[in-house]
Amino acid sequence: MHEVDMTRALIVTLSDWLASQSETPQVSKVHLVVGEFTCVEPVSLQFAFEVQTRGTFLEGATLEIQETPLIAFCHRCQQEYRPEIGIQYACPDCRSPMEDICSGRELKIDRVEYAGKEEEAGTGGAGARDSV
Amino acid sequence: MHQTINTAVGINLLHANQEGADHNRAHFDAWGITCLNLMSSPGAGKTALLEKTLEALSPSLKIAVIEGDMTTELDADRLRRYGVPVIAINTGRSCHLDSKMVAGGIHRLEHEHDPSTFDLVLVENVGNLVCPAEFEVGEHAKVALLSVTEGEDKPLKYPIMFREANCLLITKTDLVPYLDVDLQQLEANVRQINPRVTIIPVSARTGMGLEAWFAWVQATVAASPAALTPVAE
Ligand SMILES: Nc1nc2c(ncn2[C@@H]2O[C@H](COP(=O)(O)OP(=O)(O)OP(=O)(O)O)[C@@H](O)[C@H]2O)c(=O)[nH]1
Ligand SMILES: [Mg+2]
Ligand SMILES: [Zn+2]
Repeated sequence: MHEVDMTRALIVTLSDWLASQSETPQVSKVHLVVGEFTCVEPVSLQFAFEVQTRGTFLEGATLEIQETPLIAFCHRCQQEYRPEIGIQYACPDCRSPMEDICSGRELKIDRVEYAGKEEEAGTGGAGARDSV
Repeated sequence: MHQTINTAVGINLLHANQEGADHNRAHFDAWGITCLNLMSSPGAGKTALLEKTLEALSPSLKIAVIEGDMTTELDADRLRRYGVPVIAINTGRSCHLDSKMVAGGIHRLEHEHDPSTFDLVLVENVGNLVCPAEFEVGEHAKVALLSVTEGEDKPLKYPIMFREANCLLITKTDLVPYLDVDLQQLEANVRQINPRVTIIPVSARTGMGLEAWFAWVQATVAASPAALTPVAE
């Protein structure tokens, strides 16, 4: 259910971002970074994205999700560790509670892909090999 | 032939919501209002706690409530009996309040009352253990509630809200004698995830622990940056 809201947030944020750009290209792919320690389930997000982008400026765009693991830092042991979500968050060596989180809280639109203009592609020469 | 162009965006997915939350908080600060966001799974006792809180604190603090409910105004009606403004926000199918909905509530408060006379806005979020923690609404502190009937493992299974909470109320402690719940284990599970949270066991039924909760609210209002700001508008 919350993936619906996350997708709505994604569409709003991207449309604001596009409005701030000098040109508004047709986005073909959206790259997201989603941390393991967030309320977002990538599979559900993929599904929600497909459904909710229909009829919007993102229609036909695909979503690429890169997941980041939950990594915490234990100050006492001066080392990183990977908490076991749902089971144990304290440091496995000294039992200190989970203080600092180094990774896993990300919910970021990393980058977007779109097709360049004809002229740009033309002047690219060898770049044409990357054509879609 | 088209060349694929890659452009870095680097914006948080919840950027728009976050901006809205900051905007709401700026309003609260200008009016000298402290805002608390109450979150829990459905039925953990948010409205019951608010009833007791309004009864005890509304004589000394000027309080308004923003009540998020998926369909009904039942909770709002329960709270209106205490003579404070209750702004009901029908969240529809959304399983949490977001900053835009709360902005709508703030504008109604502004329209119908003089917001600079208020000290405290209590937001009752939609009953849901997962999402509300990711959607800030402009609060100065997050209060999570977990009832003893839910079991001591819930903080481990649904950690985000417990990680983000400034205060955790363990509610319905009057029911402990009838359950197998291990309160010490429950507290330890929360502390693993959030060593800094203030934990207060309470019962809205018997009143046990409520004084400590009221004291926490009063201290938070006193310490809030909003309280330091003289009435500006
Ligand atoms: N025994 C006991 N029951 C309680 C206590 N607090 C609340 N309840 C009961 O728990 C049920 C739910 O309480 P509410 O206050 O409506 O819970 P809520 O979190 O506001 O629920 P939603 O808004 O629907 O998510 C009601 O039947 C209350 O009477 C308590 O301290 N002890
Ligand atoms: Mg309620
Ligand atoms: Zn350690």
